[in-house]
Amino acid sequence: MSTATLTRTSPNRAVLRTELRLFGREPAGLFWIVVFPTVLLVILGSIPSFREADKSLGGIRLVDAYVPVTVLLAMIMSGLQSMPPVITGYRERGILRRMSTTPVRPAALLGAQMGIHGAAALCSAVLSLAVGRIAFGVPLPRHAAGYLLALVLAVLVALALGALVSALSRTTKISNAIGSVVFFPMMFCAGVWLPVQAMPGALAHIVAYSPFGAAAEALGQAAAGDWPSWSHLGVLAVWTLLLSGAASRWFRWE
Amino acid sequence: MTTTQSAARGTRPLIEVSGLRKVYAGRAVVDGLSFTVAEGEIFGILGPNGAGKTTAVECVEGLRVPDAGRVRVAGLDPVADHDQVTCILGAQLQESELQPKLTVREALELYAAFYPDPADWRPLAERLRLTDKLGTRFAKLSGGQKQRLFIALALIGNPRVVVLDELTTGLDPRARRDTWQLIEDVRDSGVTVLLVTHFMEEAQRLCDRIAVIDQGRIAALDTPAGLISRAAASTVMSFTPSVPLDEEALRDLPALASVEHKDGRVTLGGTDETVNAVLTLLARHHITAHQLRVSDATLDDAFLDLTGVGQS
Repeated sequence: MSTATLTRTSPNRAVLRTELRLFGREPAGLFWIVVFPTVLLVILGSIPSFREADKSLGGIRLVDAYVPVTVLLAMIMSGLQSMPPVITGYRERGILRRMSTTPVRPAALLGAQMGIHGAAALCSAVLSLAVGRIAFGVPLPRHAAGYLLALVLAVLVALALGALVSALSRTTKISNAIGSVVFFPMMFCAGVWLPVQAMPGALAHIVAYSPFGAAAEALGQAAAGDWPSWSHLGVLAVWTLLLSGAASRWFRWE
Repeated sequence: MTTTQSAARGTRPLIEVSGLRKVYAGRAVVDGLSFTVAEGEIFGILGPNGAGKTTAVECVEGLRVPDAGRVRVAGLDPVADHDQVTCILGAQLQESELQPKLTVREALELYAAFYPDPADWRPLAERLRLTDKLGTRFAKLSGGQKQRLFIALALIGNPRVVVLDELTTGLDPRARRDTWQLIEDVRDSGVTVLLVTHFMEEAQRLCDRIAVIDQGRIAALDTPAGLISRAAASTVMSFTPSVPLDEEALRDLPALASVEHKDGRVTLGGTDETVNAVLTLLARHHITAHQLRVSDATLDDAFLDLTGVGQS
């Protein structure tokens, strides 16, 4: 057979390319991850009182505080809402099992899904920052490296949380249910209803130990120009390790 | 024919299973299974639901780790040598699907990229009559089209053996017959086929040899013709006698396996010898046999006989 003349695609790249195409065929997923957080920012930013300096926020405007919140919202949408039903569905439909009978391990499929959802969340973050800057004059993060580090850790913790939900859910229905139950506390901790900076002291203290609470604090600090405090970064790292450890402990291929 | 050829060449069997055992929740689903499949053969695994057919082939595919026994594919261990075995073994799994929005072309290209020396998917798609479905998403395919795509995916790595598990279940009779032709074509192209089925007709039509599995063990292993002749009643005759028959005389018939009376009609199970003896008996007593029918037993009859499904 003349296969030698055909250019060979590496299996992992072929899987990534395929999953990327399939991701593009889910407009709902794309909307909630990439578009919705920025739309929310635009709606909130259109409210005049959101554009006035607020003493309880240390002199910044609510719209300034909401940029990191929408960034985290994208992570939660991507890692927790969008990814687990896909992975659980792949297991439920026997797609992972079918792949186990080929020379390529089904882990490649999970890797591709995590990579795509992580990248989509980061795109959404960039869009949110850009629209915040252009439409509402929200300053770009003053400590870029610190912000990037906090951003990457936040993506990782969101993916690890999603992986654990996928591992624990036997069916797509269950993963949707768990996803929704975890969704609201995670949104609260990220500051969707009330930015972490505006929470009363004791509450803010507790929330700072949750994955997205710590991420909100770290992003806020880096946005203001400081290196994010190690305690917040540490909380993120520990959550990522614990969640991904648990996910790989309980994940079943079939 | 191919079997004897490879035996003459002295090649070792392509698939060797010996003493295979797999236990779930304290119950041995597969219990001491042994068989070999020669290169170029269509080997059938036939058995009632829950007999352990799928578990057995999943051990051959490397999807399950046997609790005891030995499995070799071309001399390789499907679990330890997973990467090499998956390159020479193509599988179609029972109840597995693809991503719903993946098109036929994308699925073929994706799976082709998995293998070091894949077949060109275009002629393969043509052979499996998928050419006008290349742009169709998996979820929109009919049952027969899905099965044809799965056959294509099982063949895309240029395997030496394909394992087909309940391939035609859920297909209409027309699509089933088309699929049988495809399986024969696959074998004629030099690929060995391990076929799991619970359709007698399918096994009888396609298989060179059949292992009948019951409760995790091999109840019989033979050619379809061998299995049928091994059954107690390989011939069935029925007729309506002009006068009632003497029960005693019937009982003394040679090789008689069963007697049944219904509405004046007599049905006898036995061998050719039984048939001859009945004809002689009728002639001697000047009895006419109306609507006389003699037929060979099918694999169905043999199967019920071997697995004891009929009795329970």
